Amino acid sequence: MIGWLSDGLFIAGGTFGLLAGVGALRMPDVFTRMQASTKASTLGLGCLLAAVALRNPELSFVVRAASIAAFMLLTTAVSAHVIARAAARSGAPIWKGTLVDERPRRGASQDSL
Amino acid sequence: MPSVAFVVASTMLAVAAGLTFIRLAMGPTLPDRVIAIDLIGVLLVCLLVVVAGLTAQQAFLDVAMVVALISFVGTVAYARYIEREGS
Repeated sequence: MIGWLSDGLFIAGGTFGLLAGVGALRMPDVFTRMQASTKASTLGLGCLLAAVALRNPELSFVVRAASIAAFMLLTTAVSAHVIARAAARSGAPIWKGTLVDERPRRGASQDSL
Repeated sequence: MPSVAFVVASTMLAVAAGLTFIRLAMGPTLPDRVIAIDLIGVLLVCLLVVVAGLTAQQAFLDVAMVVALISFVGTVAYARYIEREGS
């Protein structure tokens, strides 16, 4: 039972990783690429860590898996925000189908971004 | 002989890293390449976690932790550079 659950979580994690790669390749601009790759890869890593912790239910594995999961949940959000802010400030082009663009104009006050 | 789940998961992660390398090579702006490098780091952490499950060695989880830490610091440094220099 635990083995089947662990196998399913491994395959789910691999699928989310593959979706992150496809999103990073196929999405139309910087911000959507960042969104797809960050969210999908974080979820995939969470699935893989849960699978490893289920397969090896010892204290050392569970503590390491939980600490990696907590660290990645904190840092991927921070790094995605930092990259998106740098891309917006450096004037990266956005997709022409974007409906709402709340970036301040170039030359205007950029402190509110 | 590893089970099917390990083979499937590691193959998917390797294909994802290959697709991300294409984006890293052709990315039109510098933030695209930084996002690709960050994603390759996360996929490397995922592969190390799969290997840790396959071999039941907890040392691979320590390596994954270190790789995640260095990848985060590198991404923040690249972002500071882009903000200072412009793309």
